[in-house]
Amino acid sequence: MKRVLFLFLLVAAPLHADSDLPPSRWANQQLPDPRQEAAATALMQEIRCLVCQGQSIADSDAELAGDMRALVRERIARGERPEAVRGWLVERYGAWISYRPPVEPLSWPLWAAPIALLLAGAWLLRGRFRRRP
Amino acid sequence: MSRARFIPLIVFALLVGAVAWRLAVPRDDRVPSKLEGQKLPAFALPPAIAGKPGLASADLAKGAPRLVNIFASWCVPCVAEAPVLLDLARRGVKIDAIAIRDKPEDVAAFLAQHGDPFARIGSDDRSQVQIALGSSGVPESFVIDGQGVIRAQHIGPIMPGDIAGILEAIEDAK
Repeated sequence: MKRVLFLFLLVAAPLHADSDLPPSRWANQQLPDPRQEAAATALMQEIRCLVCQGQSIADSDAELAGDMRALVRERIARGERPEAVRGWLVERYGAWISYRPPVEPLSWPLWAAPIALLLAGAWLLRGRFRRRP
Repeated sequence: MSRARFIPLIVFALLVGAVAWRLAVPRDDRVPSKLEGQKLPAFALPPAIAGKPGLASADLAKGAPRLVNIFASWCVPCVAEAPVLLDLARRGVKIDAIAIRDKPEDVAAFLAQHGDPFARIGSDDRSQVQIALGSSGVPESFVIDGQGVIRAQHIGPIMPGDIAGILEAIEDAK
């Protein structure tokens, strides 16, 4: 029985939720201008994938991430500044889409955390640095 | 000092509490479009199938509210949604569609099998209009009012329980 099940597994076609169309041209192809490509890559590494949330669109294999890479490359190739492209995406998906959190009241604790942790560490260590009699 | 030894236990209890809370109340990982309440971005998509017009943003600002369904023939939940869309169309809702990354023959086969409630279907074969709308997957639906303003977004398949909410959103958009 187990062997039969294993055979079934071998012939089973996975049900995949991907389209039949090939990826966009600029999803996986670098821009001819290395400076533009560097700017596009830097931005793609800071844009969150909508499908594999937690990955950047540079890392994700999702089709939508590929189409977003194409969008970023095409806009940068047209001469748009990376921050303008990021702003266009933030307008649509919120600051969530960017891995570079904006400095706003809601994110102040996030920016203050490293300083607070350093101060807490110094406080914990204060006994160690005290001169012993 | 005697109280300080409970600190690790308290920290551990807080950790267990945080984990238990997230297991009980799973994170909502839907990403709503921030364009709700704003004008639809301008777009013009070619027809997705022969014999039915494509979809442009201008078609969605003609005085009456419309539902725009973002779907694909390769999308499994779209199959579950199809009968509900037919039901909405029977109740008088005007529905247009955007087919994501699809081939004309696949869209035609999907509609032949699951019904066709759509007046227009635009083909977005590189997801560019989908991204411009702030949509993050298929299926999704937008309620657009007669002036071309996005009034509501529904993420995921519209199920029978959602019909009342959609009809209300259409009514509100009038």
